[in-house]
Amino acid sequence: MSALASLPVQASGMDPTMMWTSIFVGVTFTVYLYIGWRNRVTETRGFYVAGRGVPAIANGAATAADWMSAASFISMAGLISFMGSDGSIYLMGWTGGYVLLALLLAPYLRKFGKYTVPDFVGERYYSETARVVAAVCAIFVSLTYVVGQMKGVGIVFSRFLEIDMWQGVVVGMVIVAFFAVVGGMKGITWTQVAQYGVLIVAFLIPAIAISAELTGHAIPHIGLTASDIAQKLNAIQTDLGFAKYTEPFASKSRADVLAITFALMVGTAGLPHVIVRFYTVKSVRAARYSAGWALLFIAILYTTAPALAVFARYNLLDSLHEAEITSVETIEIEGEASELYHLARPDGAGGSTPIEWATNWQRTGLISFHDVNGDGRIQLDNVDGHFAEATIDRDIIVLSTPEVARLAPWVIALVAAGGLAAALSTAAGLLLVISSSFAHDLYIHFVDPDATEAQRVRVGRIMIVLAIIVTGWFAIHPPGFVAQVVAFAFGLAAASFFPVILLGIFDSRTNREGAISGMIVGLAFTASYILGNKWDIMFAIERPADWVAPWFARPWFFKISPEGIGTFGCLLNFIVTFTVSRLTPPPPAEIRRFVEDLRVPRAAE
Amino acid sequence: MASPREPEPPSETRRSSDAAAYWRANTRLIAVLLLIWATVSYGCGILFIEWLNRFSIGQLPLGFWFAQQGSIYVFVVLIFVYAFAMDRLDRRYGVEE
Repeated sequence: MSALASLPVQASGMDPTMMWTSIFVGVTFTVYLYIGWRNRVTETRGFYVAGRGVPAIANGAATAADWMSAASFISMAGLISFMGSDGSIYLMGWTGGYVLLALLLAPYLRKFGKYTVPDFVGERYYSETARVVAAVCAIFVSLTYVVGQMKGVGIVFSRFLEIDMWQGVVVGMVIVAFFAVVGGMKGITWTQVAQYGVLIVAFLIPAIAISAELTGHAIPHIGLTASDIAQKLNAIQTDLGFAKYTEPFASKSRADVLAITFALMVGTAGLPHVIVRFYTVKSVRAARYSAGWALLFIAILYTTAPALAVFARYNLLDSLHEAEITSVETIEIEGEASELYHLARPDGAGGSTPIEWATNWQRTGLISFHDVNGDGRIQLDNVDGHFAEATIDRDIIVLSTPEVARLAPWVIALVAAGGLAAALSTAAGLLLVISSSFAHDLYIHFVDPDATEAQRVRVGRIMIVLAIIVTGWFAIHPPGFVAQVVAFAFGLAAASFFPVILLGIFDSRTNREGAISGMIVGLAFTASYILGNKWDIMFAIERPADWVAPWFARPWFFKISPEGIGTFGCLLNFIVTFTVSRLTPPPPAEIRRFVEDLRVPRAAE
Repeated sequence: MASPREPEPPSETRRSSDAAAYWRANTRLIAVLLLIWATVSYGCGILFIEWLNRFSIGQLPLGFWFAQQGSIYVFVVLIFVYAFAMDRLDRRYGVEE
């Protein structure tokens, strides 16, 4: 409600983009709040698993919104645009995991039919230790992830509505708190369905427009494949001294690409906030279809993003390289004086067209120019992997597309609403996991097992509020290592949950001793490799130069980057769990029956 | 569901061997689909990408297309194929919900 109340004040006397942004943000937020209120719940089942009444296709859309974060929406296309062919690590890595989920995990976890991932680990391995390890992992993984989302909300607000980032974070917190506290998983699910609609429309409209303009095909996928745009981009890249865009392994080795892709896939399948979504559907059958719908909805964005990456990079290089500098003024960006270049594209007939989007976006600090050689033009040749006379933030690829394609101000506003939808939907799903791990797996299970329904839901609600406050605080005062933690979240999910859940279903001989030792070894290996590679960045400590002796040169292990080490943590976990299980007593008979029951969709008689 | 007059030992064993056959059929299907999954992503998208890049689809190098487009399409199809095939398997073994 606070967002709405402040609208009329903000709407007075501003440019059309900001007016449209205020309208879109106001309308979408009202819709989210309304949906949250309509789906308010009073029972544990409703609060944690939406009463298990979510249809497969709706759960698919909710999973897609849950999965696609502010980073997927705003940053991924830009990341790919700067990586070229090797950007496939994110495209395949963040989609391929759904095949593993659908075939190996989701149907069986739905059959299990409790509330959380630690529930499954604790019960299958008849061990409170395993439950606690799983709960702590779930909290850590989700907390690292959600901080970035809240920060994303703040960034979108500050960029599009020109309010302070902390105010944006607070508005986002209030909105999420409302529909998550009132509606629990049920409120979150149906809000996410709406948020998916907003974010996909917001992503597709600019992509379609720029595809039509550059390739003549309205469908970006066809524009990418059927037109010669990639060949033209390759030609420009070669001219400027960069590797061809479609050239594989230009930025990463083949082994690293393999390791990162696998780690991201397995990590995706092991992330608790994704897994719990499959607890909310009606049946085992619905869980299978739901995974298919989820990936279909995700694929719409994930197959458009690489096309957008090519179009935007082509446009960027084609319009900015050798652009004429018409004038330079001095402006203030974040308290510092900077040069603002007004650029124009010679039209070949003696005149020139101003490049307005470049002027606008310099004001945000996301793009800046410096005419190093003083020839009155901007050159983008490759100098040590950077552009000679421009610094370009990757996020600009998605954010500037509507202006580059000369779309109406309301489309730009729609992109802002889409970015907010992506961030809020992911944040809400993660906050529910954090709250359920604390409230259900730790507090109710160990402290107050006799709690009534009403008490359980109340504890869950209190935990969501606490989690939101902690998250908001971290988002406004981010610890130095936030940017590095995505590697952690995926690495730890890959090295802990995935092997233990998979073996729990497919190998009835796997026992408590195996699972616990596997998780500990996998986690310890993965965490220490990531820390060992990144401790100086994460804790802002300077690494002594003499540390760069051959065996300390990063990355150590077969030149695998920390993002890919989850692959080896995962394999190590499998080997340890399997071996230790065979060397120790088999699980009790009732656990074997438990596993047999998991494997059959129909409920046991 | 429990019918009091029918707990005969033969049907009990048949049921458990049925369950084993159902599980074998399921795991075989999973293995085939995961083989395709690995072939398009790790095979076409990474290991053989340079070789495939000598061919093109439309005007795009084929390996690049697999890495950034084709593999994702195949992933979606694989999940729906699994869901359809399991519907049939569930019915054949009478274990549908």
